[in-house]
Amino acid sequence: MLPPAVSSPVKQPSLTELFVGFVGVSLSGFGGALPWARRMIVERKQWMTAEEFNEAFSLAQFLPGPNVVNFSVVFGTRFGGAAGAAVALAGLMGPPVLIVTAIAIFYSYYGDLAALGRILAGISAAAVGLLIATVAKMAWPLFRTGSIIAPVLAAIGFVAIALLHVPLPWVIVVLAPVSVAIAWMRP
Amino acid sequence: MTPGNVLIVLAGHFALLSLFAIGGANAAIPEMHRLAVDVMHWMNDRQFSDMFAMAQISPGPNVIIVTLIGYHVAGFAGALVTTAAMTVPTCTLAFLIARVWDRFKGARWRKAIQAGLVPLSLGLMAASAFVVARAADQSWVAVAITVVTAAVAYFTRVNPLWTFAIAALIGLAGLL
Repeated sequence: MLPPAVSSPVKQPSLTELFVGFVGVSLSGFGGALPWARRMIVERKQWMTAEEFNEAFSLAQFLPGPNVVNFSVVFGTRFGGAAGAAVALAGLMGPPVLIVTAIAIFYSYYGDLAALGRILAGISAAAVGLLIATVAKMAWPLFRTGSIIAPVLAAIGFVAIALLHVPLPWVIVVLAPVSVAIAWMRP
Repeated sequence: MTPGNVLIVLAGHFALLSLFAIGGANAAIPEMHRLAVDVMHWMNDRQFSDMFAMAQISPGPNVIIVTLIGYHVAGFAGALVTTAAMTVPTCTLAFLIARVWDRFKGARWRKAIQAGLVPLSLGLMAASAFVVARAADQSWVAVAITVVTAAVAYFTRVNPLWTFAIAALIGLAGLL
């Protein structure tokens, strides 16, 4: 169990602290940066309470696109307006983009190397496993409610994308309004 | 395609894709696969799953896979353009909405949208797992690695880096 978070944030990050904080998140984040963002903001720096973090993160999830990236902008805006958003985003994306570009250069030279191919084949298989575990963790609370509607909607989305190869925008444009309307009618 | 055209295609596709990636970057993996492998023929299945693996073992957000795809297609400019296309539109949206979001706390429409999008992102993520599994699990040993990693990640708090390291060694030994 983690210790309970303090009830109110006491510290206001400066732009430099924001940048450095998100650089730290980007470099420690493995398999997604969210748990590290929470650890830094709520537990270590106490820039937000756990509730405020959840509230801000709910917006990042609600928006399309990469969640943690959206979150860095939401958080940066809260504490430093446009400049805050820019430095938080730069801190989160800068180091990974540099590292991954170096990896991409390496891959462009040695991608055909049999040994590298075999190593990556092993890691791919494990990475899929990690993704399946994430899906299972998401699915469990949804299926436990006993309602058939959410699993059916998820299954329709899965079949459309994975088996029928329908372009993503079409799936969202059709399914999202239906799903939201159902949620609206069942508060 | 001329170099300039490739960049425009990358920018257009990934900007559009980012706006429909409900549930984050991993939810858009099948769409990236469809574009990069099936439609544009920028790479084959194995190269795509290589990039998924490299993005997973790199530090930082999972969205970083688009930087790898962009570099593969059009070098440094491709990496930069693709990363920007994937982040700038939704970040602009995040910046604009961040200022008014708290005002709608508890609003019924907000709750409905949030609850309504959950099954959708679950379906998309499951499709992602399916698409990458089809590319990555080409042998029974690979399937076993996937199953064991999923079980370890679901049931234990063991750092997944360990299963990745073991999987890499099994791969290197030529057992896949």
